[in-house]
Amino acid sequence: MDFNDTPQEAEFRKEVRTWLDANAPKHLEDELKRASFGSNGLESEDPIKASKAWQKKKAEAGWACLHWPKEYGGGARSAMERVIWSQEEGPYAVLSGLFTIGHGMCGPTVMEWANEEWKERLLPPLASGEEVWCQLFSEPASGSDLAGLRTRAVKADDGSGDWIINGQKIWTSGAQNSDWGLLITRTDPDVPKHKGLTMFFLRMDSPGVKVVPIKQANGASGFNEVYFDDVRIPDDQRLGDVGNGWKVSLTTLMNERLSIGSGMSTGFPELFKFCMDMEIDGEAATADSGVRSKLAQFAVKQSGLKYTGMRAISALSKGETPGPENSIGKLVAGATMQELAMYALDLQGEAGVVWDEDSPQNGRFQAMLMRSPATRIEGGSDEILRNIIGERVLGLPGDIRVDKDVPFKEIPTSGKAKA
Amino acid sequence: MNLDFSDEQKQLRDQVRRFLKENCPPAAVRAILEGDDQYDAKLYQGLADLGVLGAAIPEEYGGVGLGHLELCVVAEELGRVLAPVPVASTVYLGAECLMQAGSEEQKQAWLPQISAGEAIGCWAINEGTGRMKPAKVALTFDGKTVSGSKAPITDGGIADFAIVLAKEGSDLSLCLVDLSGSGVSRETLDSIDPTRGQVKLTFEGTPATRIGSAGDGWHIATQIMDRAAILIGFEQLGGADRALEMGRDYALERMAFGRQIGSFQAVKHILADMYVSATLARSNCYYGAWALSSSAAELPIAAATARVSATNAFQHCAKNNIQVHGGMGFTWAFDCHLYYRRSNALALTIGSLSTWESLLIERMSAGNVEAAA
Repeated sequence: MDFNDTPQEAEFRKEVRTWLDANAPKHLEDELKRASFGSNGLESEDPIKASKAWQKKKAEAGWACLHWPKEYGGGARSAMERVIWSQEEGPYAVLSGLFTIGHGMCGPTVMEWANEEWKERLLPPLASGEEVWCQLFSEPASGSDLAGLRTRAVKADDGSGDWIINGQKIWTSGAQNSDWGLLITRTDPDVPKHKGLTMFFLRMDSPGVKVVPIKQANGASGFNEVYFDDVRIPDDQRLGDVGNGWKVSLTTLMNERLSIGSGMSTGFPELFKFCMDMEIDGEAATADSGVRSKLAQFAVKQSGLKYTGMRAISALSKGETPGPENSIGKLVAGATMQELAMYALDLQGEAGVVWDEDSPQNGRFQAMLMRSPATRIEGGSDEILRNIIGERVLGLPGDIRVDKDVPFKEIPTSGKAKA
Repeated sequence: MNLDFSDEQKQLRDQVRRFLKENCPPAAVRAILEGDDQYDAKLYQGLADLGVLGAAIPEEYGGVGLGHLELCVVAEELGRVLAPVPVASTVYLGAECLMQAGSEEQKQAWLPQISAGEAIGCWAINEGTGRMKPAKVALTFDGKTVSGSKAPITDGGIADFAIVLAKEGSDLSLCLVDLSGSGVSRETLDSIDPTRGQVKLTFEGTPATRIGSAGDGWHIATQIMDRAAILIGFEQLGGADRALEMGRDYALERMAFGRQIGSFQAVKHILADMYVSATLARSNCYYGAWALSSSAAELPIAAATARVSATNAFQHCAKNNIQVHGGMGFTWAFDCHLYYRRSNALALTIGSLSTWESLLIERMSAGNVEAAA
């Protein structure tokens, strides 16, 4: 057990620092540190342009997609080297938010399921940030029950082999900025729900695709509805066999939980600093026993997540595969963030209701409060994650699934009527 | 960086686990709970013979000379089976205190005996109700003898020596007291966990020698309790893990409404939350183990973090294990209450949860927030 860098790790860290020192967009550092939760919040520059410029610079120097093979534009770095990079990249990592879904989920799925020609076409510009991807999975009637999706893909009747798509997706992060989308559809409603799905990728500027941003509870619009009206996709943009889409989607989902869950902040350092600066009855808030008790409980969750992550990296660096136990990252971080934000506002008293730049931490706690409900739902709700831990880590029996062997078209879709 | 035990340490864990499976079944814990003995003397001698008590004691003092990581591994296994033996009092606190602050003479006199299982120690710091503070110490040391009372003292009824926090003039000093000396009386106290005996110790002019310098008592005691907090944290972790296993096994076996109860989300989610608390505690304890084994500057923060997290986990898992078992969990016949007792007793040993929560934030306020964040 050793927390210190090995000589090789120390050497790599030095190399990263030297490069970042000479190349990082230092003029944005303060803005990025202040960035409100859930956006990169740049005021001085177009955030999309700034993100793409930083990604391109990293790609040219070999620092993009450190977990990908070199032939597709990645860095082919070890798990430990990736961790060291992210520790050193610090606030500039916020600029990578635009690419999280592409690099963490769509890219690995394309890498596993597309043919060589497409991999060479798609992956390098994704790694270098020239092209942005989104993931078209959730639908209004199927969130946690992902396989209940209803967007239809049928063969065109003109003999071209193309597919015609009709339907609607929802909660699509970043669709408004994306060049490509990973799309799961239903190709056969006559078989049980998991068996009739097929995966495609498509240009987001294909005729018939309409993206409508959703205004969220926190006022932002990171998610979108995406409508498909007779959208045509060539058959060679299919990933995996017809009817095998569920298996393809598992590649994406497994990577999603890893990607979303790893290294999430709970907001504890900000809360601690706020309590150090704030006074209660003439003393620092951290001298109050009630405050201490609350802070300590947040602190041990934050550090527990941090060291759980390090244990996972230790296992990864010994060649072990990350498993379903990684579900605890998002489960703990999401709920903690929400509770912590509520507590930070409580400490502010009646002033906690005000959400502006003069609020403590520039209104960051108010922003967290209003964004955190989504964190507990996106990429697997708290309840789904508890099921994963219960069933796949602890080996408890699965939930009873009454729709498992029923043809999709016969599954009831509301309390009142059948499909 | 590598936040994991080595293969050799994992082998040691397996070896200790096998030994305890055979020599410390639940029946052995119940024998202490229901009988007159205050600890399992045979098991304790077996642990000594296995080299466990002297694992972190240098060979020149009769120990095995491994290290604290090995002691962490052992502690987890002892906690897992609720071993009714005075290892925490004697080894984590007693031997640690002598190794860190004792004189050569004190080390020579006691460490070989501790390692051989021939001397049991107790940690006599607490006086009265509420968080222990320097101002609460009334017991006195006049340079040669101690007078006054300490309670509650874990293992005080079976101990051969006590480490006592005493007032020396206007300062506090730590003293080593041979309990076979004159003027020692012990009064047995009933407790929530009879598998770890509690007594009130009273001294009337009992011969004692100082540990460390005069006036340094509180400082040394705090350092030793930090080190012990990590080891006791591992005991709590072992207990939490076992309580989770018991709950999981019962949820698989017990049927209701025509299904295994573990298939109900209400039960499944209780168990998932137990897993979460045990996992967070494990990770924090591993960090503590590293700090302890390397005497890192972060040790005080790491100790409080491990301690708070492990207390959370054991209490959470032990109480919810009963909940998963339903009414059966509250019967004397099932083992759930043994874990519930121990989880609550350990939560109060060397300072309660709120004391350690407070310590953690005091220490973070004093300096390095990054260490925990």
